[in-house]
Amino acid sequence: MAASTTRVPQRTPPSLGETLRRHGVSRRGFLKFCAATASMMALPPGMAPAIAEALEKARRPSVIWLSFQECTGCTESLTRSFSPTVENLILDVISLDYHHTLQAAAGEAAEHAREQAMEENDGNYLVVVDGSLPGPDANPGHSTIAGISNYDMLMETVSGAAAVVAVGTCAAFGGLPKADPNPSGAVSVDQLVTDKPVINVPGCPPVPMVITGVLAQYLTFGALPELDEYNRPRAFFGQSIHDRCYRRPFYDKGLFAETFDDEGAKKGWCLYRLGCKGPMTYNACATMKWNGGTSWPVEAGHPCLGCSEPDFWDGGGFYRALSVPLGDPANVLLAAGVVGAAAGTAAGLLGRRKTARAKARHQPVTADELEQKL
Amino acid sequence: MIDPMEFLLWTKGPMFQIAIAVFGLGILARLFEIFALGRRHNYSQARGGELVPGLKTVYKRFNPDPGTFARSPFDVIVGIIWHIGFIVVLLLFIPHVELIQTTFGIAWPSLPNPLVDAITAVTLVGLVAALIHRLTQPVKRFLSTREDYVIWAVTFLPVLTGYLAYHRLINPYPLALGIHILAAEVFLIVLPFTKLTHIFTAFVARWYNGANFGRKGVQS
Repeated sequence: MAASTTRVPQRTPPSLGETLRRHGVSRRGFLKFCAATASMMALPPGMAPAIAEALEKARRPSVIWLSFQECTGCTESLTRSFSPTVENLILDVISLDYHHTLQAAAGEAAEHAREQAMEENDGNYLVVVDGSLPGPDANPGHSTIAGISNYDMLMETVSGAAAVVAVGTCAAFGGLPKADPNPSGAVSVDQLVTDKPVINVPGCPPVPMVITGVLAQYLTFGALPELDEYNRPRAFFGQSIHDRCYRRPFYDKGLFAETFDDEGAKKGWCLYRLGCKGPMTYNACATMKWNGGTSWPVEAGHPCLGCSEPDFWDGGGFYRALSVPLGDPANVLLAAGVVGAAAGTAAGLLGRRKTARAKARHQPVTADELEQKL
Repeated sequence: MIDPMEFLLWTKGPMFQIAIAVFGLGILARLFEIFALGRRHNYSQARGGELVPGLKTVYKRFNPDPGTFARSPFDVIVGIIWHIGFIVVLLLFIPHVELIQTTFGIAWPSLPNPLVDAITAVTLVGLVAALIHRLTQPVKRFLSTREDYVIWAVTFLPVLTGYLAYHRLINPYPLALGIHILAAEVFLIVLPFTKLTHIFTAFVARWYNGANFGRKGVQS
């Protein structure tokens, strides 16, 4: 029954500082996180105490997490990232009022939780979206939740939100569902939400710290981070993988792995020729790494797929170099060449025939004959 | 505003197909027309073979004859420098080798990036010097047509945009790379229909010359 799941609103919700202390996070650990957040966001170190102070006082913001056409990889990335750290607790202490995968409620009760959170925090809650959704002109039947189309649910939920965070490449750019030929008519969140700030946190999945970082910045400053032309936070997406890659010196020296098991691969040389999309990909993998700073794809010997960029599924083979054109240029060239050779030969032969005909029609005339004619 | 990634995928995808098709069709039509037209039948008795002297002249014409060098050393030196630079960066830069391998199915060794970078810089300087010389030297200026300046730009832009993309001087990178690829595609498209055909026809003309010498029995 819906009534049994009604949450009793706390009169004074605990501040983030209180909650963290209750979870056994030391003051020192908390400040370390604040300092790391400050450096991550390219703020001066002096800002760390300000972040700490703001976070201490911050009330648990209500977060509604909408999952549309997605694979749950983004949620997996966040929840299974590594053993509890301050970042994880930050996520624990936000009031995640609605999340398909993580919430206990189901069916009508689940939808009721979403409606209640919207009502109680009108104008102040954050909406996190993962997954793309069929656009307003597409068949809404491609993806529905509780009989509500993704489009209707997004627009309804966003109407009272303070801001929207599009988590993952699907939500940010359409991702896999939007890949050619886009059977479900998928669109990204910022194509639909134009009257609220939208922060894109792309990646397939995104680096967990980037999401917590964006939330921390929102809690600290009450404002959204500085965004690039794709609405990505500049602090994390301001530099390309290539520019921060520890294998970059090998690129500059021209030392490349050409197969996955050659001498170059063993020596850790640049993976450009194996299809690395690092030069065109803007993300924080090279600096923040994955699994608690353990490693990241290029360090593990695999080229960057460019997963935080729009249309990365349609950008050609993952193991083809960035400079390689899409489609089938070899056969296009071959076909064009055959037609060209045939046309050229025909033109040449026509020219010869024209000459031969002119020769055949040629009638010699003497000067005397010409004079007689005149 | 154009979306940089969409622009890059357009230049790498449909636009590249168009450019390579126009190039393949155009250049082979031009060459095969020349071959099919053939030459006037020579009734005189041949005094020697054609093939070897023809190839010899193809090679020997790389050396400027002393008279030309004495008259215009600038054109010879700068011309050779930027032509070689252009060919080296086109054919021996690793990303280009990767592209050629997938389009033509053949590959060859490449040069280290810093070396290609230096050669690109020299080529750019050479091309700018060639333009300045063309504009300031009265005779060259008089002889220059609008096509000459267009072709200069079409040749200069792929080198310049490649240099800017390599040094990541245009941001975001997909835009830089897209502009470079587009500049190269313009080069490919205009190549068969302008004096850029000399890239191929120069060797045909040289061979015909040399073959003629060989037939006549004179030094080729």
